[in-house]
Amino acid sequence: MTEVQQATNKDQTMSITSVLVIRHLYKSFGKNHVLIDFNLEVHKGESVVILGKSGSGKSVLIKCVIGLLKPDQGTIEMFGQNIPDLDHEEIDQVRARVGFLFQSNALYDSMTVRNNLEFPLRRHWIKVTQEEVNSMVIEALEDVGLTHTIDMMPEELSGGMRKRIALARTLILRPEIILYDEPTTGLDPITAKEIIGLMREIQAKYDTTSVIISHDMNCIRTASDRVIVLIDGKCHAIGTYEELKQSDDPKVKHFFE
Amino acid sequence: MNRDLASYKFLDDAGDLFRFTGRFFQQWFKPRYEIAEFIRQCYIVGYKSLPLIGLTAFIMGLVLTMQLRPSMLKYGVEFELPAIVGIAIVREIGPVITALIFAGKIGSSMGAELGSMKVTEQIDAMEVSGTNPFKFLVVTRVMATTFMLPVLLLLGDAISLYGSYLGVNIRGDTSFTLFWMQVFKNLSFNDVLPAFVKSYFFGFAVGMIGCYMGYTSNKGTEGVGSSANSAVVLSSIIIFFLDLLAVQITDVLGFN
Ligand SMILES: Nc1ncnc2c1ncn2[C@@H]1O[C@H](COP(=O)(O)OP(=O)(O)OP(=O)(O)O)[C@@H](O)[C@H]1O
Ligand SMILES: [Mg+2]
Repeated sequence: MTEVQQATNKDQTMSITSVLVIRHLYKSFGKNHVLIDFNLEVHKGESVVILGKSGSGKSVLIKCVIGLLKPDQGTIEMFGQNIPDLDHEEIDQVRARVGFLFQSNALYDSMTVRNNLEFPLRRHWIKVTQEEVNSMVIEALEDVGLTHTIDMMPEELSGGMRKRIALARTLILRPEIILYDEPTTGLDPITAKEIIGLMREIQAKYDTTSVIISHDMNCIRTASDRVIVLIDGKCHAIGTYEELKQSDDPKVKHFFE
Repeated sequence: MNRDLASYKFLDDAGDLFRFTGRFFQQWFKPRYEIAEFIRQCYIVGYKSLPLIGLTAFIMGLVLTMQLRPSMLKYGVEFELPAIVGIAIVREIGPVITALIFAGKIGSSMGAELGSMKVTEQIDAMEVSGTNPFKFLVVTRVMATTFMLPVLLLLGDAISLYGSYLGVNIRGDTSFTLFWMQVFKNLSFNDVLPAFVKSYFFGFAVGMIGCYMGYTSNKGTEGVGSSANSAVVLSSIIIFFLDLLAVQITDVLGFN
């Protein structure tokens, strides 16, 4: 790429407003090089799916984005700040604006559903009254259609319900970006469809940007504006679902068979 | 050099545990203070272990008294039974038995609890929710065990001596007041203080090791079980080593 091209590219992306820009990201664990020069740009309001084999480093990638892992090299700009450079307080401020749905839900199993949802609220927004907390908890539960579970423990819920509660907990802070780590893995096709439906509703209702990790073709077809294929720690291919489906690249084809 | 050698692995683990302990001291006095969680943990720790500690202490006091009676009788000093049992319980048996039961109950449950929080990403979830999980989970728990074990020890000693009172009265006849007078006539401040002080260290060790094992546990359900197991084994051993150390120190300081 020439310098001029680079400059114009930059101008274009500025006008679309990218909320998340990842440049030249490297991450390895010992000799296991997981991410090698990974690049990605996510625009406001869009929904990007990251597709890759198990163990290809998808979870590592979004954990770097939220600051749970420190990359070896590279920049991750979110809301104009470089995540790896931030100190604890600064990163907490960024995290208050980002939702993260864990692959294993990560509901606190010693707390009721209510306390699970209150936890991020009370922690991030220290000055918040009990009434506000209550109404936000109820609203988040209404969004996922599970108001009746408010006093249950996570262990009393089914897998699909837990996923919804986890989603409600992610939603409660009204995040501008939501990172989903395999939202439909381990669910039956019908429940998976419901979860995808919920994700689309949320996207429309709160105008969030989504980064979704998935191998579920159904999820990718219905929920993605763009798809990124992560192979060998790099962004191997990028395009819409239809474009990638037509691709001749054997490695990409492999996913769409 | 072969790094898989058991001794290297041991040194490696010991180094990790010391680093973990260092992190505790680095973090415990820095804000934000998780007071509410600390109090909740104190309550849980006490509530969970008191019945078991009370029961074992009672049995210990009773059995010890009954076992000692024949020898005391042989030397014709059975009236000294309350005094000797009091010394044995307050100086050694109380602190060590309480700490061991505490390690079995609380150390293992902390290992398992934090271990499963780790493998199900709950610890990561806390961090994302604007909480320092080390402070919220580890610091509060270690503080709770450190402060609660001495309290449990006092209760345990009292229950144990009550058991001993019953033990004395199974064969003999000593009034309640006389029993306590004989116990306390023989006990001095120098007997109570070192035992009380060392129980803080026992409590700290149990909390620290339980949390370390859980917090650094491996993926998989097997990892959780082995964290709980190693928490109990290691903290029990450490309790005996600390006890050995404590007796040397009190000896040097002249608390005898
Ligand atoms: N904390 C860690 N320490 C060491 N290695 C790790 C760690 N986390 C991940 N890895 C390694 O990084 C690689 C990528 O893991 P990752 O969890 O990102 O895979 P994934 O793409 O999310 O797979 P899946 O679809 O199964 O969730 C794996 O080889 C894994 O062993
Ligand atoms: Mg993953």
